[in-house]
Amino acid sequence: MREQGIGASVRRKEDQRFLLGKGRYTGDINVAGQTHAYFLRSPHAHAVIEGIDTSAATAAPGVVAVLTGDDLAADGIGPLICGVTVTSDDGEPHRAPAHPALAQGKVNYVGDHVAVVIAETLTQAQDAAELVDVKYRPLPAVSSTGEAASEGQQQIHDVAPDNVCFNWPFGDKAANDEAFASAHRISSIELTNNRMVTNPMEPRAALGEYNSGTEEITLHMTTQNPHVHRLVLAAFNQLAPEHKLRVVGPDVGGGFGAKIFVYAEELVVGWACRKVNRPVKWTGDRSEAFMADAHGRDHVSRAEMALDENGRFLAMRVQTTANLGAYLSTFSTMVPSYLYAFLLAGQYATPLIYSEVKAVFTNTAPVDASRGAGRPEATYLLERLVDVCAADMDLDPAEIRRRNFIPKDAFPYQTPVVQCYDSGDYEAALDQAMELADYAGFAARAEEARSRGKLRGIGFSSYVEACGIAPSAAVGQLGGGVGLWESAQVRFNPTGNVQVFTGTHSHGQGHETTFAQLVCDQLGVPFENIEVIHGDTARTQFGMGTYGSRSLAVGGVAIAKACDKLIAKGRKIAAHAMEAAEGDIEFADGNYTVAGTDKSMNIAEVAFTAYVPHNYPEGVEPGFDENAFFDPMNFSFPAGTHICEVEVDPDTGVVEIADYTAVDDFGKLVNPMIVEGQVHGGIVHGIGQALLEGCRYDSDGQLVTASFMDYAMPRADNAPDFRVGYAPTDPPHNPLGVKGCGEAGAIGAPPAVINAIANAIGARHVEMPATPETVWRACQSAA
Amino acid sequence: MYSFSYHRPASVAEAADLIANAADGKLVAGGQTLLPTMKHRLASPSDVIDLGAIAELGGIVVNGNIVTIGAMTPHAEVAASGEVQEAIPALAALAGNIGDPAVRNRGTIGGSIANNDPAADYPAAVIALGATVRTNRREIAGEDFFTGMFETALEEDEIIVAVDFPRPEAAAYMKFENPASRYAIVGVFIARTAVGARAAITGATDCAHRAHQLEEALANDFSPAALDDFQAPVDRMNADIHASAEYRAHLVRVMAQRAVAACA
Ligand SMILES: Cc1cc2nc3c(=O)[nH]c(=O)nc-3n(C[C@H](O)[C@H](O)[C@H](O)COP(=O)(O)OP(=O)(O)OC[C@H]3O[C@@H](n4cnc5c(N)ncnc54)[C@H](O)[C@@H]3O)c2cc1C
Repeated sequence: MREQGIGASVRRKEDQRFLLGKGRYTGDINVAGQTHAYFLRSPHAHAVIEGIDTSAATAAPGVVAVLTGDDLAADGIGPLICGVTVTSDDGEPHRAPAHPALAQGKVNYVGDHVAVVIAETLTQAQDAAELVDVKYRPLPAVSSTGEAASEGQQQIHDVAPDNVCFNWPFGDKAANDEAFASAHRISSIELTNNRMVTNPMEPRAALGEYNSGTEEITLHMTTQNPHVHRLVLAAFNQLAPEHKLRVVGPDVGGGFGAKIFVYAEELVVGWACRKVNRPVKWTGDRSEAFMADAHGRDHVSRAEMALDENGRFLAMRVQTTANLGAYLSTFSTMVPSYLYAFLLAGQYATPLIYSEVKAVFTNTAPVDASRGAGRPEATYLLERLVDVCAADMDLDPAEIRRRNFIPKDAFPYQTPVVQCYDSGDYEAALDQAMELADYAGFAARAEEARSRGKLRGIGFSSYVEACGIAPSAAVGQLGGGVGLWESAQVRFNPTGNVQVFTGTHSHGQGHETTFAQLVCDQLGVPFENIEVIHGDTARTQFGMGTYGSRSLAVGGVAIAKACDKLIAKGRKIAAHAMEAAEGDIEFADGNYTVAGTDKSMNIAEVAFTAYVPHNYPEGVEPGFDENAFFDPMNFSFPAGTHICEVEVDPDTGVVEIADYTAVDDFGKLVNPMIVEGQVHGGIVHGIGQALLEGCRYDSDGQLVTASFMDYAMPRADNAPDFRVGYAPTDPPHNPLGVKGCGEAGAIGAPPAVINAIANAIGARHVEMPATPETVWRACQSAA
Repeated sequence: MYSFSYHRPASVAEAADLIANAADGKLVAGGQTLLPTMKHRLASPSDVIDLGAIAELGGIVVNGNIVTIGAMTPHAEVAASGEVQEAIPALAALAGNIGDPAVRNRGTIGGSIANNDPAADYPAAVIALGATVRTNRREIAGEDFFTGMFETALEEDEIIVAVDFPRPEAAAYMKFENPASRYAIVGVFIARTAVGARAAITGATDCAHRAHQLEEALANDFSPAALDDFQAPVDRMNADIHASAEYRAHLVRVMAQRAVAACA
């Protein structure tokens, strides 16, 4: 292992600038002549707009323009799109209501965009926005997921009767019913998966600049995928032709999914800067993030498991209603369908799985992918159900899992729900987790806690997820409008240092370090001589961006492939220079050596030769710069077992996470320190969902949890020290042997926490977020 | 935020003068409550008068049995004060558990009690300890100071100068935190004094108040068990997404018992 190569916990390169306050976020960028945009948003959850009078606002001091949906339509700027089609049970595609970037005649959630005011200062824009006179005729609002499709509910969109976006059954219902009919026992559970506001630390922002000389728009913005943003804005929103639009995602302060999507604000900023022919800047504040970032999760489900007399799973059926909010966000339809139902097998060899997903519209913010996207929902449902099965069968929760695990020699394993798992050894992870968590000592710890008046419980969660998103052909078959390969370019400069251009985007993940380690390892170039460049459509080749734990598993492989090409080309150059046959040249550790001799040439010298090709092989192009694309053959399937221990104060219902163990299979680790950070962050995210985070709208569709005063995010003191272990397997489809780790914690943690609480207080189920009052009430009824 | 004129007087008299002459003036202390309100455009004072440069409003002085805390003393200073820790450790602990470090470094006792948030911590201490609020015009008994939700006995343009806390025999504050804001969902302050038990409750209702019922229950038996049958009136309790009235009433008893236990 090289000191800074694969497997080394190298400190993060990017922290130099972040810790010194030298990060450069969209909000830090200011340009001459810049104006400020302020969005006037709907205070109503559901209302008809009978008129908008902008005259007083337009005349206010400092105002450059006040623009509405009419202006947008007149300029032919298209509505926002949803890029994945799901076919409903009537054979028709999902219902897709128009989603104008500025309201056209109607608003459908609190925070919906009504108009934009552009002024010399933000204060002037805000002042003028108060003068925009909007006549609303309020309509009854729909805010409950479970009731959105019920009779008598207000219809939100004409194109979607009963507020249904799609009904999507999957699996063999008849075979499933048969298995249930002959089951020894049926265990069932009803639960909700709570709605979350993703809340990256940096709210969204955009700065649009139009150059009338080149007719080019440059959009700096908070994005996880600059090229995807450019593609959609150009091809579907008619903002500008792709070659006249530059999207830059500079430093981005966290995304967690919320910055994947194409939102109204960024589109409007891009359009408005051309319209007013001045730079336009919008910096969202936290209130706007709460109201108008896409939210996550929000399911109501019922699940049943058919069991034989030994506690083996025979069949599972699931009914889920998923709230997609008022409009379809960019990838929303995919989340409760393909990213959910296809993960319902979990780690188990359940032969039959049947699911029905009903996706509904409500007068709430759009719901889309948020760290884990679909997999946390599947995992929570399944892992809660498994614990209920264990209780019904009087089996230890570890034992029922073990009995149903897909055995390690069964991989690659074809599940009944499309996915073919790459590799895994689920028992190994379970065993290691039980060892690390000292499962054997739990009874004594619970006893000791009881002496202090506390109820101590333990909970398991054995999760599997699909990441390394995604094989393009599979995406196309499922109705996705994109390919999900990744690209890389690896460029030597004449002086021997290396620039790595990746199509992924780093917004906290540490790619600048991890990818440099890959290249350092493969090319033998010193780590400090490698720079990773991302996030600018004018600097990097087309790429798909970062989400779905794909950057290393897909983007990293593209980098490795580009390095392979360089090594191969360098072999020709080195052979010529050292007057040897190409076949006699060996490459190791950055040096080309003539086999069996001490003649050697460093790759930096080879690069120099390629740029100053005075003595150069015939037929070889000058330059030392290669690109590569990688389209994965399969998803990757990280998996693991998490074990959580909680202590509940029965007098108040307060839950303390007393201990937490995670043993994961991420394949090979490139930078264990960064991986561990991702594990920690993911688990804390999951603890947040389990204990604290619950986005709530009232029956009028008003957002009740609209700030951190009411919406509880996890903080350092909500988490214990973690015990982290790894049980890696080698995924055969991935050339680097890596799987992805960014979402695992958020997927694994919620059921581990809730299973522990249920165990502590002897309840069958406790809803998330398990707030003190929820747990206190559960204690009362369990007692 | 709307535009406003900013002033930074050097004395209480000058501040009083400025506020009296402003069209719609506001005093600012730590700004932890006022500034977010202004940023959200929920307050639009014509003039903001910053009390930060007025030396006579700062400082902590212990004189015999009285601990005097200047209105502009930030929570962090109270929490870290050796004198407060020695005289009324429960008060130092209370201050040390308000908000987060940034809030504690800026937020002040004067601002906190003037604002009288129904979930704020200091009001419970001011009432239970029988403190006296001193202003530029008069002295107000702590018990009479908090008159309703975000309302106090302060007259228009009256400025809090300091709060005098008598030293109790023992005291403890138990706060059940709102998991999001970390203000008090319920906070109970119990003091054992020469004249008997004193108790105050914050967070539970629309305004912090003295809890006579708790005091009576503790009069003859200052022990947690004395409160076993205590029931806070459910119909007076606040109810919101974080805690129902029933749960708050339950928490009042639990926090009160824990506070009594901590006085031991
Ligand atoms: C994130 C956060 C968490 C918080 N958590 C808690 C908590 O857990 N517990 C808690 O109790 N509080 C909490 N607070 C409130 C905090 O304690 C503030 O300090 C307090 O609300 C106001 O104090 P301030 O000095 O900032 O006052 P300011 O915001 O400056 O002023 C508040 C009001 O008091 C008036 N005022 C200020 N000084 C005087 C004076 N000397 N005389 C007359 N009027 C005056 C002002 O005119 C204004 O109306 C929190 C605040 C924040 C932002």
